[in-house]
Amino acid sequence: MEAFNTFFGEFLVWLPNVQLAHFLIVSAILFALGIYGITTRRNAILVLMGVELVLNAANINLIAFSRYGGANFDGQVAAIFVIILAAAEAAIALAIVLNIYHRFQTINVDEISTMKE
Amino acid sequence: MQYFDVVFYLFAFITVASAFVVVFSKNIIYAAFSLLFTFFGVAGLYVLLHADFLAVTQVLIYVGGILVLMLFGVMLTNKVVNVELKTGTINTVPALVLVAVVGGTFAGLFYSTWKGSAAPPTAAASTITSLGEMLMTGYLLPFEVASVVLLVALIGAAMTARRTRKLLEK
Repeated sequence: MEAFNTFFGEFLVWLPNVQLAHFLIVSAILFALGIYGITTRRNAILVLMGVELVLNAANINLIAFSRYGGANFDGQVAAIFVIILAAAEAAIALAIVLNIYHRFQTINVDEISTMKE
Repeated sequence: MQYFDVVFYLFAFITVASAFVVVFSKNIIYAAFSLLFTFFGVAGLYVLLHADFLAVTQVLIYVGGILVLMLFGVMLTNKVVNVELKTGTINTVPALVLVAVVGGTFAGLFYSTWKGSAAPPTAAASTITSLGEMLMTGYLLPFEVASVVLLVALIGAAMTARRTRKLLEK
């Protein structure tokens, strides 16, 4: 019980004092939500939205470490490349989803189980 | 608590709450539009991390490009006749367990490892100059490869999304 009390006291001091770990925990929550969306959604576009959430979580981590870990901009350059690849990925994935819709008349990922008609 | 902390919690709340709507909303349109607020909240977090150029890029590319693409996808892949754009969920319980384990592990790891991280040094006034120099010197090869990747993605997406009559007639 005492150990818990000291832990809780430390936590209450830590909570309003924003540091690196706060950004990392926000990104962890965003990452977990993205994984949940990817796993549970049946609509292909909502699965893509989950992927975007995961990529944003990774970007927050990169930029937070770039800011707090020595003030060089390597993390920010990596984040730029992540954004570039996310844009390319979204365009390609939506083109594929549109093709799937033309062929199967649905984008429910459970029902798209054949590779060839 | 200073202004920085208050603003951080404001943006963090916007980000996480709208991400919850994205993941849990049954209505696809609501999910797509709350993704907008998630991206804006993340851009605010970038500003707090002194990444001004990346915040602007986030708003331009994610909100202006990717989100509009998503909305086009939603509109084009649902029969507009039945207006209810609903969608179901699968694997809810295993996913909840997985996400609780993964997210809890990450959050605990981050809290215990980086709890007492030192205060950051004061950053430069603007990051654009240094980012541009880095892209043109140390990161020149990835920069060029990224431009080629974008061109290939552009052509590939246009070719893939186009309705080819020959394929349909076969």
